[in-house]
Amino acid sequence: MKTESYTVIGKSVPRVDMPDKAFGRTKYTNDVTIPGVLHAKLHTSTRAHAVIKSINLAKAWEVPGVRAILTGDAFPFPVGPMLADRPPLAVNKVRYCGEPIAVVVADNIHQAKKAATLIDVEYEDLPVVNSPAEAMKSNAQLIHENLSNYKVQVKGVYPTPNTNIANLTKIRKGNMQTGWEASDITIESRVSFTPADHAALETRCARVEILSNGRVMVYSSTQGPFYVRKLLSEFFHIDAGMISVQTPLVGGAFGGKGTVQLEFIAYLASRAVGGKMVKIENSREEDLIMSPVHIGLDASVKLGATKDGKLKAAEIKFLFDSGAYSDTGAGISKAAASDCTGPYAIENVHCDSYCVYTNHPYATSFRGFGHPELTFAVEKAMDKLAARLQVDPFELRLLNAIGPGDTTPTQVNLNASNIGDVSSCLTKIRNLIGWNPNKNVQTTRDGKIRTKGISCFWKTSSTPPNATAGAVLTFNTDGSINLNCAAVELGQGTKTVLGQILAEKLKMDTKDIHVTLEVNTQYDPHQWKTVASSTTMIAGRAVLAAAEDAIKQLKNVGSTVLKSSPEDLDIAKGRIFLKDSPEYGVKITDVAVGYKYPNGNTVGGLVVGNGSYNVRHLTPLDPETGFGKPGPQWGVGAQAVEVEYNPKDYTYKIVKAATVLDAGKVINPQAAIGQMRGGMYLGLSWATRESFTFDDKGIVLNPQLRTYDILRASETPEYLVDFVETPLVDGPYGARGMGEYGVIGMAGALANSLSAACAADLNQLPLTPELIWKLVEGKGDVQ
Amino acid sequence: MIQNMQAGQLISLAINDQVKEAYVRNSDTLLYTLREQFGLVGAKPGCNNGDCGSCTVLVDGIPINSCHILSVEAVGHKITTIEGLTDSTIQQAFIGNWAIQCGYCTPGYILNIYALIQTYPDADDAMINEWLESNICRCTGYQEIKEAVKNTLIARKINE
Repeated sequence: MKTESYTVIGKSVPRVDMPDKAFGRTKYTNDVTIPGVLHAKLHTSTRAHAVIKSINLAKAWEVPGVRAILTGDAFPFPVGPMLADRPPLAVNKVRYCGEPIAVVVADNIHQAKKAATLIDVEYEDLPVVNSPAEAMKSNAQLIHENLSNYKVQVKGVYPTPNTNIANLTKIRKGNMQTGWEASDITIESRVSFTPADHAALETRCARVEILSNGRVMVYSSTQGPFYVRKLLSEFFHIDAGMISVQTPLVGGAFGGKGTVQLEFIAYLASRAVGGKMVKIENSREEDLIMSPVHIGLDASVKLGATKDGKLKAAEIKFLFDSGAYSDTGAGISKAAASDCTGPYAIENVHCDSYCVYTNHPYATSFRGFGHPELTFAVEKAMDKLAARLQVDPFELRLLNAIGPGDTTPTQVNLNASNIGDVSSCLTKIRNLIGWNPNKNVQTTRDGKIRTKGISCFWKTSSTPPNATAGAVLTFNTDGSINLNCAAVELGQGTKTVLGQILAEKLKMDTKDIHVTLEVNTQYDPHQWKTVASSTTMIAGRAVLAAAEDAIKQLKNVGSTVLKSSPEDLDIAKGRIFLKDSPEYGVKITDVAVGYKYPNGNTVGGLVVGNGSYNVRHLTPLDPETGFGKPGPQWGVGAQAVEVEYNPKDYTYKIVKAATVLDAGKVINPQAAIGQMRGGMYLGLSWATRESFTFDDKGIVLNPQLRTYDILRASETPEYLVDFVETPLVDGPYGARGMGEYGVIGMAGALANSLSAACAADLNQLPLTPELIWKLVEGKGDVQ
Repeated sequence: MIQNMQAGQLISLAINDQVKEAYVRNSDTLLYTLREQFGLVGAKPGCNNGDCGSCTVLVDGIPINSCHILSVEAVGHKITTIEGLTDSTIQQAFIGNWAIQCGYCTPGYILNIYALIQTYPDADDAMINEWLESNICRCTGYQEIKEAVKNTLIARKINE
């Protein structure tokens, strides 16, 4: 570790966005009032699957102030990030409860709401597909009759015509027969859960205005301003340069703001009123089910191992419940296939990972992108295997931990850099949680049962092969630097971390770095999205490159001033100086905006540092074997949960939750701990109580925060966090990803802990006392 | 019917030690009026249903979901929003304890906790938890928020 030699990296530099947030001064997308802005409100479907027989707008038009009402025929073409399968407003039929059917544009929000409620839609119900297992049946009702006509937007998405399969990713590694023959013991495990939600506190919202020269101005709460621009450009045939997307700080996202939905509708609405600015904002109820949700899963895992516990074969089937449309569900099913085994070395792997249409609200990325979901399935299976083998679940994981020299399911060769250290994470989590196989189940004096459960996880970022970021540095006359970069601040602290990377490189104080918090596609360099725990790596490398560029320019001008060669110069603390005589130098202030000699002559212009970074060597996966490289590196970790279970009423309390992450390099420890705690919280909230409840007609019964339950302050455990630092050679100062990882293993660790406590196979989520009661009492499949 | 919905009146509200006038619809919530008429956007519309606490303001020192009170009902009461909270101890505690990530829940939490500290300076863990229950933070996992509250209470006692 070179920790000691860093001055800014590894320090808990206070987050730059905190003071304004604490004083209520931060302006989010919808915190501006604009005179003359028109308000849009949606009319959404009350049915999960139905033909739209008629839409009566007459009463809605009677409401004063209504300027436009749009229905599906305003743009009857499917859009979507990976497979274009979703019209912005329903055309001919609805496929989920909450689907937008019409949008009203009015002078004020009250008029728009009133008119939207007065729209009368006549439906003719169709059979409802209420689970991915139902959707896969050979005689299943088709949700998309014209699947074969849909345009594949991203290479590597494989829909199956005349089925409900939006994507199938296959993994074929090694030889399954060999694997089963080498196995003394096999176990099978099945888990399932229905969709849930991100429930970011700021609901999704957007404004669009079309200027008279055709320029499209978009203001959106999004994780991907450039992605919004890309999709608007592609689907509405607008030159990308004519679209400007602006995003201020975002009030939580968790993956739910990584796709494009309201922006399409706001654009169509603005176009319908002559380009005037139109604003659309989700109510909480709309945000929960009309906008995309957290994906559901039905997974089967079969593992084979020797009697010593060495894994030899894994056969895995994922049925992802992507709901009515595929959105990024196709990518999630691919990402889950890529990492389907969890962080274990297995030579023979067979995986079919399906993205399946149902009549549920449609899914998009959720923090972890398929990994919290697959990890629940795999970690449940690992504990089952440990029980069959009668070995310590910890030792089983340690024995099979993947590492350098092994290959991933998609046959990427792992080395000392591109994967973190699973074994070290496991060893540390053992100490952190106090794991002792002989004392993991303890009965308290009042008859409660205390147990511990562990899980292991890994994740690579399934970025597109051309995922990129850029950074631009400009200098102020006081020698301070402006850092412009299109990474979006979602609360994760990315702007602070990028500032630290720049400060370290230029050997400056972070107070002299001014990071622009807002993003504007018109003057920030392109960035793919702020997702996939990839920003520190991709944008961080862009910042380093921009710093190198600025240093080169500063040294060039400095060498003239100091009458030396640029190679003999160094930069630190706002000065350019001779390496061998640091007292002989010049201030950056005097150089960065042109050096002025005493007689007034000036040399050098403005120093503007530019840099960019693009992920390297990524490929789509082979459609038959999955062979390919999905991401640049694998972050790994281990987690544990301790619960206190009450066998009398099946309730439980989460006592402790622990994470050890191989961070590569922790750039900001306090921010990193916050990310891990917040990740654990989100994972535990999901695993303990979050899910949508559907009736047999596919209607969501709990589309509000009163009934969609979320873990609150009194119910949270003591959080324990530690890190391992195995440097990623390509990462800035060795850093790997961080943002998503805290979520990934929580459901698995909790389910393993509770399963030990109640001696039942808790194979569904959320783990409510009612579910535990049913499974303990053998009441069968409660779904 | 539609016309009745629009019926309104001119009201004066005492907000952050200032008297502010606005013509409001009878059905306008205090949250709507604060944000749309006065630009006091620190109160956030997280659910408009009283479930998340993001719109919390103080009405006569008591934390109230401003989505759950009509503007006309607020007449004659003393309203404090995050913009008017001049004692910045709790804000500094939030910053110092890293109790802020996306920041959307922060104003509501800070006003809620400010009221807790004013009302119950001896609050124990159970009471702190009970008060924190009314708000949702989706980012932090709550530990830093709890630490901010506890550290503020401790600091007050030391200063007394």
